[in-house]
Amino acid sequence: GASLHARSRNYVSESEVYKLESVPLDFGDYHPLKPITVTESKTKKMSRKGSTSSTSSSSSSSMMDPLSSVLDGTDPLSLFAAAADPVTTTSTMDSTRKKRDKDDSSAVGSDFEPWSSKRSEILARYTTTEKLSIVSGRKAATPGSAVSEKVRTRLEELDDLEEGSQKELLNLTQQDYMNRIEELNQSLKDAWSSDQKVKALKIVIQCSKLLSDTTVIQFYPSKFVLITDILDTFGKLVYERILSMCMDNRASLPDNFSPESVNDTAKETCLNWFFKIASIRELIPRLYVEAAILKCNKFLSKMGISECLPRLTSMIRGIGDPLVAVYARAYLCRVGMEVAPQLKESLNKNFFDFLLTFKQIHGDTVQNQLVAQCVEIPLYLTLYSPAIDWILQCIAYRAPEVLLTEMMERCKKLGNNALLLNSVMSAFRAEFIAARSMDFIGMIKECDESGFPKHLLFRSLGLNLALADPPENDRLQILNEAWKVITKLKNPQDYINCAEVWVEYTCRHFTKREVNTVLADVIKHMTPDRAFEDAYPQLQSIIQKVITYIHDFSLLFSVEKFLPFLDMFQKECVRVEVCKCIMEAFIKHQQESTKDPVILNALLHICKTMHDSVNALTLEDEKRMLAALINGFIKMVSFGRDFEQQLSFYVEARSMFCNLEPVLVQLIHSVNQLAMETRKVMKGNHSRKTAAFVRACVAFCFITIPSLSSIFARLNLYLHSGQVALANQCLSQADAFFKAAVSLVPEVPKMINIDGKMRPSDSFLLEFLCNFFSTLLVVPDHPEQGVLFLVRGLLNVIQDYTWEDNSDDKIRIYTNVLHLLSAMTQETYIYHVDKVDSNDTLYGGDSKFLAEINKLCETVIAQILDHLKTLGKEETLKRQSQLALYFFNTILAHGDLRNNKLNQLSVNLWNLAQKHGFADTKTMVKTLEYIKRRSKQPEMSHFTDLALRLPLQSRT
Amino acid sequence: MGTALDIKIKRANKVYHCGPIQIINSTIEMVKPGKLPSGKTEIPFEFPLHMKGNKVLYETYHGVFVNIQYTLRCDMRRSLLAKDLTKTCEFIVHSLSQKGKLMPSPVDFTITPETLQNVKERASLPKFLIRGHLSSTNCIITQPLTGELVVENAEAAVKSIELQLVRVETCGCAEGYARDATEIQNIQIADGDVCRGLPVPIYMVFPRLFTCPTLETTNFKVEFEVNIVVLLHDDHLITENFPLKLCRM
Repeated sequence: GASLHARSRNYVSESEVYKLESVPLDFGDYHPLKPITVTESKTKKMSRKGSTSSTSSSSSSSMMDPLSSVLDGTDPLSLFAAAADPVTTTSTMDSTRKKRDKDDSSAVGSDFEPWSSKRSEILARYTTTEKLSIVSGRKAATPGSAVSEKVRTRLEELDDLEEGSQKELLNLTQQDYMNRIEELNQSLKDAWSSDQKVKALKIVIQCSKLLSDTTVIQFYPSKFVLITDILDTFGKLVYERILSMCMDNRASLPDNFSPESVNDTAKETCLNWFFKIASIRELIPRLYVEAAILKCNKFLSKMGISECLPRLTSMIRGIGDPLVAVYARAYLCRVGMEVAPQLKESLNKNFFDFLLTFKQIHGDTVQNQLVAQCVEIPLYLTLYSPAIDWILQCIAYRAPEVLLTEMMERCKKLGNNALLLNSVMSAFRAEFIAARSMDFIGMIKECDESGFPKHLLFRSLGLNLALADPPENDRLQILNEAWKVITKLKNPQDYINCAEVWVEYTCRHFTKREVNTVLADVIKHMTPDRAFEDAYPQLQSIIQKVITYIHDFSLLFSVEKFLPFLDMFQKECVRVEVCKCIMEAFIKHQQESTKDPVILNALLHICKTMHDSVNALTLEDEKRMLAALINGFIKMVSFGRDFEQQLSFYVEARSMFCNLEPVLVQLIHSVNQLAMETRKVMKGNHSRKTAAFVRACVAFCFITIPSLSSIFARLNLYLHSGQVALANQCLSQADAFFKAAVSLVPEVPKMINIDGKMRPSDSFLLEFLCNFFSTLLVVPDHPEQGVLFLVRGLLNVIQDYTWEDNSDDKIRIYTNVLHLLSAMTQETYIYHVDKVDSNDTLYGGDSKFLAEINKLCETVIAQILDHLKTLGKEETLKRQSQLALYFFNTILAHGDLRNNKLNQLSVNLWNLAQKHGFADTKTMVKTLEYIKRRSKQPEMSHFTDLALRLPLQSRT
Repeated sequence: MGTALDIKIKRANKVYHCGPIQIINSTIEMVKPGKLPSGKTEIPFEFPLHMKGNKVLYETYHGVFVNIQYTLRCDMRRSLLAKDLTKTCEFIVHSLSQKGKLMPSPVDFTITPETLQNVKERASLPKFLIRGHLSSTNCIITQPLTGELVVENAEAAVKSIELQLVRVETCGCAEGYARDATEIQNIQIADGDVCRGLPVPIYMVFPRLFTCPTLETTNFKVEFEVNIVVLLHDDHLITENFPLKLCRM
């Protein structure tokens, strides 16, 4: 049979002739592999100063990719999610509100926290389990009617939605009630779109009437939210309708139009709305509905809004119930801020009017109501907060310091001012509050115990101090004073809500000692009766804050109570979440590798917790995430020159994390790296001790690899570890790895699972085998095994492997084997492993060795030719052509074509490739040109003859 | 295809004032006999309002005994086989603004159990003191009625305070005269137990359809009054009456 007759190569001179010229590279600012640095300004705005989420430039040491850090907390989805979560809301929202630019414009800026962001918080907080009722129609809603029935019938009865539809729906659950309101909202839109404007108005009146009803008072704030949504919708519909009537020549009015440019029809329609609303009998609906269309005054006169607002403000004085009144004020301020934020007088007036009626809260009418509803005063007072907070927020928006001071003084003057104090702290600039922290603490202390809950006051103060710093000299005293009160809180929920907020202040300004004290206190309060079970979000937030401020992990873990604190997270999913947070922070902030035993113990414990949470139901993504975190940790552990310690750490880690395959893979890589480190330190000359150590490393890998389930992970790691063993002169160990790899190949399935999808494995196998053969070039033969023992073994395995029926993979591999065999016949191999004698040195070009190679070549070539023959059928001719050319190229590159047999074989292959018209003419032309070019090189003159024997088939 | 007839009045609020010039005719021919093209045909028209003889052109007004209404009627006479078409449309007449300046006539009031008339058992009444004022009882019909009211003290809780606008029509005839008072609007200005000592605004817009300037003719009178009605929690009803004079300026 034919043999390859490899041409002999002089790799050194070839390299000199053919290598690419190297061009000096200018490493300027741009480099494609440089880590991407993203500068994000938006993040700053949404997050607390110095909090975790504001860091957004990616660093290469972090496992976080640049894309995810760009999105960190600022994309609309996560903002939305944050808004839905009451715990995070308070913090993120506070910060938006408190951050203010100095921008003087009459419109409300983006630094004004809009109503929309308050909604969900109120809805989540003010709920009830009591039964509610809705009255539609007039019956129960006109308690004070002074008019006889006879007279009424003559009136235009706007008050009634539809005759006969008046009914009272009783015993509604909160959800039923909310659904009912949503139905009303929908019927408003339906009525409007079907041009039933009067019906729409009636619906809105009916809705706003619900706001005069204070039964189930603890639900009132939420009811207000729901109903004012409807009013807002209505206001918008009316405004847009009138605006659309102003279309002149299909051009709509500019935003700042003047009333003169509004046509008569639009004005008349607008006026009609106002007349209709002015005739609404009841005070509360008349007020709300007119407020809802406040903006429409723009169509009628320039001064409309500025005349209307004060009138509506004083109209609220007619509302007897102080809670109903304060919410009406909040709504008016809300509409006012939206339509005419420059009219600050009315905002202030609303607040002062509220102060004037403040005494009503303790009057008989209110007290009787509370008794009847079994509502305690402290709870009742908290119902005011959203409204007062909002009014004060409107007032405080870009307000001068003097005004804020004045407001504060006014609040101080009233008895039981805790409620107001709390709103002042919620609404005013954090800097303002922080600068007066000691004053506020004094005021809080003076507050009546039985009134507004004190823990809420301390919480509000704490929120400010998390955003702005109090005077340096007061800081410790503030903490002491506050904590003195907080620690006395008996209700665990009250306590934790307050403590959570103050942890941030403590971390910001104090040392580990104070943080430890605070953590200890939290543990003390939350442990009895397993109170922590109801406080996981707050406890999580505490951990989050602590790791936001303490980036030094040896410092963090030297906080004695930190780990005991973690023990409170007994629910596994929460526990794992917390562990993940800590590990993320570690990976993000740990700059240098560490061997600090405190850190290692703690993090091993944390990683173990994460690892142990993995079970059969754990999602792949979750596993990947956990494994990535643990790997991040493993990579940061370094004992420096103490390699043995390092290895025993890896051994320990292996026993701890055996269920996460990516971690095992990482450990194998780490141990291999350790072996290579050792080699580097010894400059390739191992002492007895280091040789033994390196063998220990190799052994680690050898026994770890079989526990992996992914077959390609095993194959590649065997190869990789074999290479490392070889580099460290562990020849028999290297052999063992390679043998293991060889015997594993038959197990490679045809399809493998990649990211959840089944894919054919052939390309992976091909790639692996090529890699493997490249390594085998330098692996010296074992003295007791036969020549080319491993190559033969691998060839046998390939021969026996069940290849896909209609694939040429096996033959492609065989062709590649010819590359290997020709490289093996060279006098000096193309590459070597330092301090390892490969077969070139071992056999020194021994003729028996070369004969063995030749024999192998013959066998392989025979196989290839046999296969080419089987491809002679019609449907496989194209494959035959491609394969023939592939083989031809191999011979061209590696064969010695002065050998006649080989020369003839190549000519045959050339012809076979073209025989049936499947050859790509372009490729053939280029190949021939290459041969002609080569023929001009020294000692290549035989290529000239070859070229003459290779005809180009013209296309038919 | 049916034929429809419609009248469109130029002014959006349909309000017109009587013209200064007297003319003779109140019927005008809009088109000469002939054929209208198919589709929409718009025929502009105008005519001045005039008073017949020395009669007064009163303001549009819808009352119980008295109705003053102005309508436009358009008749379309058609050939034998087709029915004649008719369409009517109301328009509103406002009298011309009166010359001169309205003299404001403010009223202060105090309501206590003692000031009340028609009380059966004065002793059973809870104590209260309500003070207030109306900016003027001479009102411009297009301007709201304004004022202030303070509940200085009241033993019983306040349930509601309302402004009741009442129209009084008096109609003279052979047998004497008929008088009828009608509530035409009721506006609540306080709902619930209002804060003591805090002035609550009195504010009421006169309804356009049911009010007209106070009218006194030989045959009939149209007058207006406002009642301030205070309803206490034990269902005591306290009413204070103020005659108004409405005019158009």
